[in-house]
Amino acid sequence: MNPWAKDFPILNQTMNGKRLVYLDNAATSQRPLQVIHAVDEFYRTQNANPHRGLYELSVQATQRYEGARSTIAKFIGAKKDCEVIFTRNASEALNLVAYSYGLTFLKKDDEIALPVSEHHSNLVPWQMVAKAKGAKLVYLYPDAEGHLPEKEINSKITEKTKLVAIAHVSNVLGSVYPVRKIADKAHSVGAVVVVDCAQSIPHMRVDVQELGADFMAFSGHKMMAPMGIGVLYGREELLNKMPPFLRGGEMIEYVHEQDATFAPLPEKFEAGTQNAGGAVGLEAAVRYLEGIGYERIHRTERELLNYALDGLAEIPHVTVYGGTKNRENRCGVISFNVDGVHPHDVASILDAGGVAIRAGHHCAQPMMEYLKINATCRASFYFYNTKDDVDVFLENLKKVRGWLGLGT
Amino acid sequence: MELNQIYTQILTEHNNSSRNKHHIDNPTVSLKGVNPSCGDEITLELREKDGIIEDAGFTGIGCAISQASASIMIDLIKGKTTKEALHLANLFFGMIKGEVTDEKQLEELDEAIALKDISHMPARVKCAVLGWHTLENAVKGEKK
Repeated sequence: MNPWAKDFPILNQTMNGKRLVYLDNAATSQRPLQVIHAVDEFYRTQNANPHRGLYELSVQATQRYEGARSTIAKFIGAKKDCEVIFTRNASEALNLVAYSYGLTFLKKDDEIALPVSEHHSNLVPWQMVAKAKGAKLVYLYPDAEGHLPEKEINSKITEKTKLVAIAHVSNVLGSVYPVRKIADKAHSVGAVVVVDCAQSIPHMRVDVQELGADFMAFSGHKMMAPMGIGVLYGREELLNKMPPFLRGGEMIEYVHEQDATFAPLPEKFEAGTQNAGGAVGLEAAVRYLEGIGYERIHRTERELLNYALDGLAEIPHVTVYGGTKNRENRCGVISFNVDGVHPHDVASILDAGGVAIRAGHHCAQPMMEYLKINATCRASFYFYNTKDDVDVFLENLKKVRGWLGLGT
Repeated sequence: MELNQIYTQILTEHNNSSRNKHHIDNPTVSLKGVNPSCGDEITLELREKDGIIEDAGFTGIGCAISQASASIMIDLIKGKTTKEALHLANLFFGMIKGEVTDEKQLEELDEAIALKDISHMPARVKCAVLGWHTLENAVKGEKK
């Protein structure tokens, strides 16, 4: 029996007549009742438009919303609450930095350095900035184990580099990148560092000071919060000198016919009515995470990763990408392929056994091109998965080639 | 959805065969079809003479459903007029959308009927229609 099942009723469901085995946590996690109830309670008892009303209910709504900001600021090690900007997700947060910081401060022939494995959300916005400003994208290439060699870091981040964009954890290979080392190198040449923590913060402690991040983005929905709430952290002095991203209500100071001045942080970057229920849900998710503790999460996921990698190694015709020997700096994400079978067929066949995995390019097409593969299957774990889940996954995987008329 | 309704012998045989999966001599039209969200990608080649599809073949990568469906399609359209080919394409779309269910009407689709149950698998519909959509675009594009 799954010890977390009471908090996650969705895991007790059947899919295609089989117990649901949810192994697509890198795409989105499930939400515990504690989070669902917090959102529900906010809308049932405290809902009003934060910051707007002069009445008690609105004051309560504002307190909940700002309280969530404060909780998150502490959670990620921000120096001030106003360094936490609520967004829809990591993509919007990264776009905010690209449009506001990138288009304002990058110039012709400046270089933006980033690993080729970046998710499209931390890559396509920088393509936009490079095109608009005549800047250049310089890619860092991982080794066969999925890690960034020191030589790549030292040769690609140079005096010309003005911005380094990097994921804390790769969503394709699960590699944990040495963000601190890269940030130190970037800062030594005067570049700012934008860290995408969407894949790391659900699984490991993220402290923006320890990482050396100037900007840091993550999505709530991968760490058990509702969809549609995310966070941008930015160092106060950087955020202060940046122009607004979206303009409209609540982000202004004074508006005249021809001109406007803008509100201080964080409102300057939060135009329009915000997802207050989402922020409350994110706060509840942070509390739930802290209640379990990253140590326990890490231990469980490490066990599942080792168990799954050992199991996969015993199935013929299965290729696992990234580091299988050195598992230290690797999260619970496994990209793999079955010889002769397209990942979509693998996903459909596993689905018939109740097993949910991802198949495709994982929003990292440049990485796929670099690995010279069209697509992969991806199984990704969270602490609420069990060895039993891995067993069901492996058993169904063994049957895949048979369904396609190939030898097993 | 039962897997044996999808991964049938017809489908796996076409998927594992290269009978129709190759370049053809002197194609008059060659068109790429892509499912951007999943990365299925085929290039369809046709050699058309006097309104008749003399030869056809495809190359590319994709799941068993997209590859088998394209292969089955090529068996069906070779030797047919482009008008007949478009008619078959529309019939196929009708079947996959679940709009045409009458067995007599579907008879013309022959082996492609093996893909009928994809209509119950929304996630895979675009795989099944990729070859046929590419055909539609290739034939219509040529007429312009």
